[in-house]
Amino acid sequence: MGEFAIVIERVVKRFEDVIAVNDVSLKVVRGELFGLLGPNGAGKTTTVNILCGLLKPTSGFVSVGGYGVQRENAKVKRLIGVCPQENAVYPYLTGAENVELFGNLYSLDKDTFKSRRDMLLERLGLTQDARRKVEKYSGGMKRRLSIVLALIHNPQIIFLDEPTIGMDPQSRRAVWDFMEELKKEGKTVFMTTHYMEEAEALCDHVGIIDYGKLIALDTPKNLISKNGVDNLEEVFIKLTGRRIREEI
Amino acid sequence: MNFQRINALTKKELKKTFREPAVLFMIFLFPIVFVLTFGASFGGLGGSQPVYNIGVVNLDSAGCSGAAQTLIEALSNTTLLHVHVYADNQTAQNDLSQGKVQAVITIPAVFSQSLASYYAAPNNPGGWVNATVLLYLDKGSVVATQAIPPIIQNVLAAFLNQQVAPSPVNVQIASLIETRQLSAFEFMAPGMFTFASIFLIMMVAQSFTQDRENGMLKRIRTTPITPTEFMASQILSYMLIALIQAVLVFAATYLMGFKPAISVSTYILAFILVLIFSLSNVGFGLITATVSKTSNTATGISFLFVLPQLFLGTFVGASLSSTMQTVSRFVPSYYVTDALTSLFLRGASITSPTIILDSAIVALSCVAILAAGIVLYAKYFKI
Ligand SMILES: Nc1ncnc2c1ncn2[C@@H]1O[C@H](COP(=O)(O)OP(=O)(O)OP(=O)(O)O)[C@@H](O)[C@H]1O
Ligand SMILES: [Mg+2]
Repeated sequence: MGEFAIVIERVVKRFEDVIAVNDVSLKVVRGELFGLLGPNGAGKTTTVNILCGLLKPTSGFVSVGGYGVQRENAKVKRLIGVCPQENAVYPYLTGAENVELFGNLYSLDKDTFKSRRDMLLERLGLTQDARRKVEKYSGGMKRRLSIVLALIHNPQIIFLDEPTIGMDPQSRRAVWDFMEELKKEGKTVFMTTHYMEEAEALCDHVGIIDYGKLIALDTPKNLISKNGVDNLEEVFIKLTGRRIREEI
Repeated sequence: MNFQRINALTKKELKKTFREPAVLFMIFLFPIVFVLTFGASFGGLGGSQPVYNIGVVNLDSAGCSGAAQTLIEALSNTTLLHVHVYADNQTAQNDLSQGKVQAVITIPAVFSQSLASYYAAPNNPGGWVNATVLLYLDKGSVVATQAIPPIIQNVLAAFLNQQVAPSPVNVQIASLIETRQLSAFEFMAPGMFTFASIFLIMMVAQSFTQDRENGMLKRIRTTPITPTEFMASQILSYMLIALIQAVLVFAATYLMGFKPAISVSTYILAFILVLIFSLSNVGFGLITATVSKTSNTATGISFLFVLPQLFLGTFVGASLSSTMQTVSRFVPSYYVTDALTSLFLRGASITSPTIILDSAIVALSCVAILAAGIVLYAKYFKI
């Protein structure tokens, strides 16, 4: 699949009344954890949706795992795992049933599925609640289940749209640890967040997007030192003159 | 009391009502559609009387020149009846079992003779040759069994120019001799299968819009499942639901005393028909889901497909006016109920023309509606 797991080339996405992604280009090296940062409405989710084939870019080109997302959609789908921003889990199923459904959608065999399921539920602290109906879950629990669903088939390239939103600090920490581990396994992770500390702690490279424009792209360290500030939060203020959001 | 706040809230509420299509539909369109369909169904639109199709089998030995011909003319002259003359009883009974006519009258061989004997000696009943006019009624129609006998009696009485008994000519209702009379519930039973299936429209529409609303469809689209697989799984699920539904309805009607004495193959055909019909309702559900933004809207819009089918093609519309009977030819549920009534109540065979025609129409409309549903949904929502 070459050096780059994800390539975005001059992508524009125009909705009726707004340009959500405006001429964005970036590349994510294989095995890297990439963070796309930006305030609400910046175009993060739109970018992820284009990358996983849900939206067609107005212009420009994207490839994932070396395959053109539009042209070789079926191949891309087999490579990727997606955790969408909204908690897309079936409320009327139990946690375990949700996981089983997705295991089957990825046609996992029984043994692989069972070991993946048990490992992921354990790692995300859901083993106790796996037999409960999801409608009884708290927001943070649904969020963690959603991550399990995205990873059940052990995908090579993982898209996580605001993975830790609504989680308590402990769960968030657990997810971070888990993401570090994914990186060690050689997985490519493309995440979006507006938690600057999250990006700073985890990401190899970050892109900052604002009003659909990519306004910065580098390692967190370089961005901080280049701008002569103490953290990513201040980088954003420096670049845009606005705070990204109130503290968590 | 703060009128500013009350005012603002009232305004907001009114805006919501006028901007939310589901609410708009439920509040305004639903009652209108309901009243129109209900009124048209039971009120006899345009004052048109129902016209009954009756078959006459003339077995009179005097043939066409005899008194029987005059009776047939008298029957034809009533505006309530539409008379079809049959050469033999078998053909007439066939048509009766398929619901093409609502009653069959057989004029006996001795009819002319009987009348002659009566006119020769009107005051001497002992010298009359007695004749029995047999009346076979559509066992699948509560209206026919209630309304037709008095009409025939009246025509005959007028024909004999005599209002009081005794009479040389008696009307005997054949169906009531052979079998017990069906209860009102049994007349409605075939329509109940159709009735239950119709609500699949709403279920399908809600399920698809809900999955779209909560992002499940998008999420599913990021997995390797193809649109065809997805649609197949949905159709399969609803077929199973429809089957369970049909079995439950059957169990319930059976418990309530509906026990048609028909063969296993007839039952199988009946269930297949209900399933095919359910498939077309899945199609209507998909069309509804395509045009609805939210699940609330879907509920409202699904009534557009539910109500006409309900009133024109199930037990709800048992006594349709003739205008509405014509309109009912445009809803699939009509053909299902008609076929089920013929199979369950009239004893039609599964190879009779009506059953074949009804089944063909149900199957073709199903294919068309389902295809339209899938194409529309796939085009505008990529599953
Ligand atoms: N389907 C759509 N139709 C029209 N406009 C859309 C659509 N999806 C997104 N937008 C617009 O595109 C812009 C970017 O939205 P996007 O969801 O990508 O933002 P985001 O960075 O993910 O924000 P958040 O942090 O709130 O999740 C917004 O202005 C949004 O209103
Ligand atoms: Mg977003």
